Amino acid sequence: MRDSAAFSDPARERIMFARRLLVTAVGTLLLTAVLVARYFDLQISRYEDFATQSNNNRVLVRPVAPSRGLIYDRNSKLIADNRPSYNLTIVPERSEDLEELLADLGEIINISERDIQRFRKRLKQRRPFAKTSLRFNLSEEERAVLAVNGHRLRGAETSARLKRFYPDGELFSHVVGYVGRINERESKTIEAIKYSGTDSIGKIGLEKFYEQQLLGDVGSEQVETNALGRVTRVLDKTGAVSGDNLTLYLDSNLQQVGLEAFRDKRGALVAIEIETGGVLAMISAPSYDPNLFVSGISQKNYDSLLYSQDRPLFDRAIRGQYPPGSTIKPMFGLIALQHNIVTPSYKIKDNGYFYFKGIERPWRDHNFARGGHGDGVDLAKAIVESCNIYFYGLGVKTGIDLLSDYGAQFGLGSTTGIDLPGEKRGIMPNRAWKKGSRGQSWFNGDTINTSIGQGFMLATPLQLAVMSARIASRGEVRTPQLVKAINGQPQPIIEAREEIKISDKHWDYVHRAMENVVHSNRGTARSISKGLTYKIAGKTGTAQAISIDAEDKYDSTKIAERQWDHALFIAFAPADDPKIAIGLIVENGEHGGSAAAPIARAVIDAYMQSDPSAAVAENQEP
Amino acid sequence: MHRNDFVRQLSSPGGDRRPSRIMHIDIPLLLILIALCSIGLAVLYSASAESIFYVKRQATFMFIGLFAMIVIAQFQPRLWERWSIFIYLCGLLSLVAVLFFGVGAKGAQRWLDLGVTRFQPSELMKIAVPMTLASYLGKRHMPPRFKHVTIGVIATLIPVLLVARQPDLGTSLIIFSSGFFALFLAGLGKRYLLSTALLAMAAVPTLWFYVMYDYQKQRVLTLLSPEQDKLGAGWNIMQSTTAIGSGGLSGKGWTEGTQSQLNFLPESHTDFIIAVLAEEFGLIGVLGMLVLYLLLIGRCMIIALNAQSMFGRIMAGTISLTFFVYIFVNMGMVSGILPVVGAPLPFISYGGTAIVTLFLGFGILMAISTEPKRI
Repeated sequence: MRDSAAFSDPARERIMFARRLLVTAVGTLLLTAVLVARYFDLQISRYEDFATQSNNNRVLVRPVAPSRGLIYDRNSKLIADNRPSYNLTIVPERSEDLEELLADLGEIINISERDIQRFRKRLKQRRPFAKTSLRFNLSEEERAVLAVNGHRLRGAETSARLKRFYPDGELFSHVVGYVGRINERESKTIEAIKYSGTDSIGKIGLEKFYEQQLLGDVGSEQVETNALGRVTRVLDKTGAVSGDNLTLYLDSNLQQVGLEAFRDKRGALVAIEIETGGVLAMISAPSYDPNLFVSGISQKNYDSLLYSQDRPLFDRAIRGQYPPGSTIKPMFGLIALQHNIVTPSYKIKDNGYFYFKGIERPWRDHNFARGGHGDGVDLAKAIVESCNIYFYGLGVKTGIDLLSDYGAQFGLGSTTGIDLPGEKRGIMPNRAWKKGSRGQSWFNGDTINTSIGQGFMLATPLQLAVMSARIASRGEVRTPQLVKAINGQPQPIIEAREEIKISDKHWDYVHRAMENVVHSNRGTARSISKGLTYKIAGKTGTAQAISIDAEDKYDSTKIAERQWDHALFIAFAPADDPKIAIGLIVENGEHGGSAAAPIARAVIDAYMQSDPSAAVAENQEP
Repeated sequence: MHRNDFVRQLSSPGGDRRPSRIMHIDIPLLLILIALCSIGLAVLYSASAESIFYVKRQATFMFIGLFAMIVIAQFQPRLWERWSIFIYLCGLLSLVAVLFFGVGAKGAQRWLDLGVTRFQPSELMKIAVPMTLASYLGKRHMPPRFKHVTIGVIATLIPVLLVARQPDLGTSLIIFSSGFFALFLAGLGKRYLLSTALLAMAAVPTLWFYVMYDYQKQRVLTLLSPEQDKLGAGWNIMQSTTAIGSGGLSGKGWTEGTQSQLNFLPESHTDFIIAVLAEEFGLIGVLGMLVLYLLLIGRCMIIALNAQSMFGRIMAGTISLTFFVYIFVNMGMVSGILPVVGAPLPFISYGGTAIVTLFLGFGILMAISTEPKRI
């Protein structure tokens, strides 16, 4: 060939091209011949075989739904169950006249205009021959009527499914979450085969986080059908594999006690088992009934939840971000002790105001009107009586770099890594953060605000509980976890990072101060000490929900209840050998000592009453 | 753009004055396309269990495609030649964007979300790659020299690899073959052809062990023993061969195919639609369909031979050959001689984007076929 010679003459280029095109044309014909040979082989040579096979082909493969994994609390109490539910489904291709069928069905069971509307909408999205649901949750009576009339209702079928059921209603809704119907957006991202047996998917909470484990593996069965497509015989079956069962660290009893303690208040509580990092209770109040969502919530119900002023759908425990207020004082005290910035013998005089050089406006203590905490305020007293003036000075001397570095070690400013979706990070401010988010340099005034947990600082109730647990355990760093075991296999305890390095004597000192918050007659939470048979260590906090001008005094009688201060409390118990740590907030509760601390006491009481050692032994999978 | 790109030979006194020429429509090509679309809608009606919904949507896309084709045909091929590199670079950029911001389904990331609509850059590349290669090679010496071959190969392989990673093996294969055809038609030397063949053989184990995803390997294994995979692709193949075989010589009649009508055949309205045609119209139907396809390809090859520029020749030739690859891959996969890759049957399978892309290609062919002779 002359292929290798370079052409420049258009005529010769054309000849070359024509030759090449001819080669491809021949190739095309040859490959077409291969196709013809294959179709000839299938359709003519082996026609008899396939025709027979096709005539006998009344065999369909159908997916077999796996049952979703169950969820238990730490004492093997079932908190997410599956119950049978019956739907009326229709395959229009199998009916003689769809409209007539709908009319017939309407005569024997209750079918609303809305059911039909939704059915028609679903009909448009389905694939040919797919069963399309017309009515959900048929009653026993309705099923009986349908069965009796079955022969004249071609194309209609009742199908049984397992439906998720949450026996405790609103008790676990924010933690466990709920399943709901797969929506259009989700159907584009899931693997169609894995979900061929179900129409539900975990939407939020543990149901979403552990979706892969809970789902299980779909099975298949080969069934023989008659000409109308009704199943006459099951030929072969590959069983479905149930989803994994989850056992949680949660204790239903604590959860119950805690939610009741909130009554009509809004807020959140998280209780952590110190040894493992396991979450014993996680409450966001008010709550709602997750069962409403399982087979599609009505618009009316949904709107009333969504637009309620109390925001029941909002998971305050992991998504609510509040200024931690004075609850961070024990932690900041520890940092200052460790770095020798203050010593136990260091004392200040507090007359209610704190002046910083170059700034005219003073920072105040909450009791400035009564002249402050007076003479001889040391760190212990500053924690017990929650003295702001002491901490303003301590904060400035420690500096934001150390404060924020340790704050991060105690779990502030980043997600804790709990096994739930959608956790918020809060804010542990520092120079880099302020530059990045505000575009401004860090000022001493910012440090002063931070040193009493106000200013930019934000934390979730879960982060407060984690901080409390890390103080209680003398610096052991555990990631909070909800799932204790999967299918009876214990899950490892996660140590998030190295221990926080603070000397023992400092831990002793701060623990004692926190104990005195509850057990001394000057402590801000002394009201809960009455009748205690063990010791609680704690710290109260108050966080502004709105900003009050420095010249005005905060006066709850002058502002709306929704703008009252938030009440916070962190605690651990027993004080000398901590087992449980708590972080909680009561929105607009005003005072940590009076509004928040009693809820913590109720939960800790319940924990101490149930013998913890017995609880550990009982924890086997059913 | 150049003024001459639009105002064409309308005023030239000696020009062809037939309406089809003025409208830049190639009548035989248009007739075959309309015939294919009509058959496609009829088969789709049966395959979708007599769903007017699917047929309406498909017909809408066909009209959009026809319109787009006629619009495209109004531009001189020279314009496409000049702008091809920009279209190519835009396509490449959006492919990279898909890698980072893409949205998708079932583990594959193929779409760019533009807010109002979603856009699949790999579809654009099916046209942009041959267009760019035709434009680049058309200006060079025939046969292309080493440097030009290398650039051509690289320009093909970048999008091929990007699309393969999405992963979308079917489309990646189409883009690869369009690049190869363009080089081949430009007169790629024998030594290159030989080394390509050797390279391809060496590439098979590399692809198998390092590039292909498990599910892609599974497809190949399924071809060897379909019974292994009862809920997935293996079931499809068992059912589709039964459907095809039971059609016999003359078929069971329109909408009478038991395999497809009783829902034994999954994906019957998309990738596996040829099985419905084969079951209901028999071997006669399949052959009729193939004849129509070959007529279309033949007409395109004639257009390629008569094209006024090397760009036109390579472009027209490549489009017609790539079109054949679609048909061969789809009909081969449904009848069980090729692994299952997502490849629709042109003009018959349900799917809007694919149809519009096809029509765009034929629009360029029409522009090439009605280009006035250069004097």
